[in-house]
Amino acid sequence: MTAPATPLLEVRRVTKQFPGVRALRSVNLSLGRGEVLAVIGENGAGKSTLMKILAGVQHPDSGEVRLDGAVIELRDVQAAQRHGIALIHQELNLAGNLDIGANIFLGREPARFGFVDRATIRSESAKFLAPLGLDLDPDTRVDDLPIGLQQLIEIAKALASRARVLIMDEPTSSLTQHESARLFQVIKDLRTQGVSVVYISHRLGEVKELADRVTVLRDGENAGELSRDAISHDAMVRLMVGRDVSQFYERKSHAPGEMMFEARAVRTPAHPRHEINFTLRAGEIVGLAGLVGAGRTELLQTLFGVAPAVGGELRVRGETVALRSPIDAIRSGIALVPEDRKQQGLVIEMAVSENLSLASLRRDQRGGFLNRPAEQAICDEMIPKLSIKTPSPAQPAQFLSGGNQQKVVLGKWLALAPRVLLLDEPTRGIDIGAKREIYALMDRLAAEGVAVLFVSSEMEEILGMADRVLVMHEGRLTGELSRAELGEEAVMQLATGGKKPARE
Amino acid sequence: MKKILGIFALLVAVCVVTVLFSDRFLTAYNLENVIRRTALFGIISIGVAFVIITGGIDLSIGSLICLVGCGLPWLLSVKGLPLPVALAAVLGASLLIGLAHGLLITKLRLQPFVVTLCGLLLYRGLARGLTGDQTQGFGAAHDGLRWLATGKLAVPGLGGFGVPMPCVILLFVAIAAAVFLNHTIYGRYLLALGRNEQAARYSGIDTSHMILLAYVICSGLAGLGGTLFVLDVNSAQPVDFGNFYELYAVAAAVLGGCSLRGGEGAILGVVIGAALMQVLRNMITLTGLPTHIEFAVIGAVILVGVSADEVVKRLAAKRRAAREAVVG
Ligand SMILES: Nc1ncnc2c1ncn2[C@@H]1O[C@H](COP(=O)(O)OP(=O)(O)OP(=O)(O)O)[C@@H](O)[C@H]1O
Ligand SMILES: [Mg+2]
Repeated sequence: MTAPATPLLEVRRVTKQFPGVRALRSVNLSLGRGEVLAVIGENGAGKSTLMKILAGVQHPDSGEVRLDGAVIELRDVQAAQRHGIALIHQELNLAGNLDIGANIFLGREPARFGFVDRATIRSESAKFLAPLGLDLDPDTRVDDLPIGLQQLIEIAKALASRARVLIMDEPTSSLTQHESARLFQVIKDLRTQGVSVVYISHRLGEVKELADRVTVLRDGENAGELSRDAISHDAMVRLMVGRDVSQFYERKSHAPGEMMFEARAVRTPAHPRHEINFTLRAGEIVGLAGLVGAGRTELLQTLFGVAPAVGGELRVRGETVALRSPIDAIRSGIALVPEDRKQQGLVIEMAVSENLSLASLRRDQRGGFLNRPAEQAICDEMIPKLSIKTPSPAQPAQFLSGGNQQKVVLGKWLALAPRVLLLDEPTRGIDIGAKREIYALMDRLAAEGVAVLFVSSEMEEILGMADRVLVMHEGRLTGELSRAELGEEAVMQLATGGKKPARE
Repeated sequence: MKKILGIFALLVAVCVVTVLFSDRFLTAYNLENVIRRTALFGIISIGVAFVIITGGIDLSIGSLICLVGCGLPWLLSVKGLPLPVALAAVLGASLLIGLAHGLLITKLRLQPFVVTLCGLLLYRGLARGLTGDQTQGFGAAHDGLRWLATGKLAVPGLGGFGVPMPCVILLFVAIAAAVFLNHTIYGRYLLALGRNEQAARYSGIDTSHMILLAYVICSGLAGLGGTLFVLDVNSAQPVDFGNFYELYAVAAAVLGGCSLRGGEGAILGVVIGAALMQVLRNMITLTGLPTHIEFAVIGAVILVGVSADEVVKRLAAKRRAAREAVVG
């Protein structure tokens, strides 16, 4: 599909400057009716900023936005909504204390005699939940849902606004393959109804499947465009990075060393009926696969002492340990990079440097006093090592792009030099170059004798990185696959509660 | 630092206005008095700043000051306890009260507002009950101890002006507090957990203990403040001693740059905030404005102060962005 003569939406020479960062420099973009346009680029390329401008959240320093050929003023979110533009934010933006229905209709509550019409909300909500495969009670509080479902609620909310232009900023970053597939179907249906979609993702496979056209941003500038038949993995990477990225998964096989970590009949508070047994050896990278809600995050939280085990035994290097709080876990050499970086990973208003050193303060202290040289040393090591893109270590973490925030969380834990590293969706929202760096880092840590356990919903990542895979289904550890047994089919079997395929 | 400059400018402005309207402001006697009051309020404001930094609030300070302020002379004169025992009792009680607040807030997960609102009612009632609602004082006794509040260190060459003792005490408290907040890991922990308690906990910070500590510091400094207040005036009426002091303290902290959302605050700013309020009160007295409109004036000035601060901040951010747009 090619864009018609006047595109529906057009961005012309938009520039946006933040203190210390030029996020967008004379960027152009056009979107046709019923077109799915993918916008890709590395972390900090300016994708989210551009979308926020379209949604009226932020305002360009110069440049214009045209809708149907006429310049429009996007003063605030309401103005954008009046023009039929809706944005699904990269970071969740729901009112957690309200129920699903209230969130979907937030700001557009159907009213009857001046009162919120709850009956209509209930019945209407279902209309937008169903296409996403959600069979949820609209009265459920959003806070009580796992992050993947919250993301889907966010999408339902945008659908309910009946926008002409629907912008999705990394909508699948916390969805499973299954849920993503449903979302893709919804997007394709929207396209046939003439709705235009701007789709941002670091997952190039998705882009290839969905996009009619790809616009690439690099360092806040247009880096190129690909039409439908020119979209290929390599072409996209070349435009994003400016060079070829070869050998994606870097996995040298290391002989597993001593026993680092053992879970014996461990029961988590979330799924107390199931006993979990597994081991981690030094130098091993073990994947933890399963569907969203399978209890993987809860298991990691138990191993890190956030939600202490209600039974069973945990051993670190052969010694039984009581992990009643993250403090205990850190003392035993365990680190967790959590799933939700805004809530659990970062003190978002604090400086990058303060976030990087937060977990190490206790270790580096001088009799209770801050050890500034040590803090500085952590920044000097981690910012280049993880290529964290920030104007200075003093920049508040909230002003970093999503992917760079994730790197700060990683850096915080690497600074502690853990022996057991637990990673919950470590590459969520991270661009392809950074992903590769993180994989290389995992490999290097393993080579140094760290035992790595990582949760991932990306099958490719599991298959590419893991020496061994544990699979969970509804709170149960349904099986373990060695490198030789590993395959997409086998993982999915176990993840959906099936048996390990026989190999004889 | 910028935040402090704004409030400091406001303080200077109010001083200048007062000097223009009254020639009594710059007398040694008046300045000593203003500084003494500033110091006393500064001490309790620093305490509440710690609680505000954790994202909490302490409304019980005024009543705790009443309990301590009436309790100390009552223990000495009516109960006849020896001075060290009485002092230990009131200060110990303050710390225990802070501990109780902290435990209710971290273990029972009650809201700070509710816990300390109950404290506000409870401690004043307790003070009135214990003393039979009778005014308490030291009479002519304990002059040595009272020197801590009423005395001054003469400064040679300044024509009889001396630094009031509470100011010396405040100096120690403020330096200790500033060092604690800015240079120890515990200060960093408080700032971090005030912004995001969950992320702090995930980073291996014992957030419950840190919050507990903040409430103990707050009540402890309120206890110290209450002791000094009563030593200063030598007479405490249970029904209104320390009335509204919690609001003065909270206002000083907020003026000084603490955010009620938590995670933000600077000790120097809090002290300047306390000073601003005392100079305002002084201005009202000296310029002959009716004293019963005192609260209205203070309220208005605080509102102007925080609004101006916000406006200046936004303008500065805009200018900075614009400048960089040109440069970049
Ligand atoms: N409010 C802000 N204040 C200051 N700088 C900001 C702000 N928002 C974004 N930036 C900066 O602007 C640049 C572009 O950020 P943006 O969020 O648009 O990137 P992105 O392409 O969406 O990246 P990601 O893939 O990591 O989400 C980054 O360098 C970021 O640090
Ligand atoms: Mg983004």
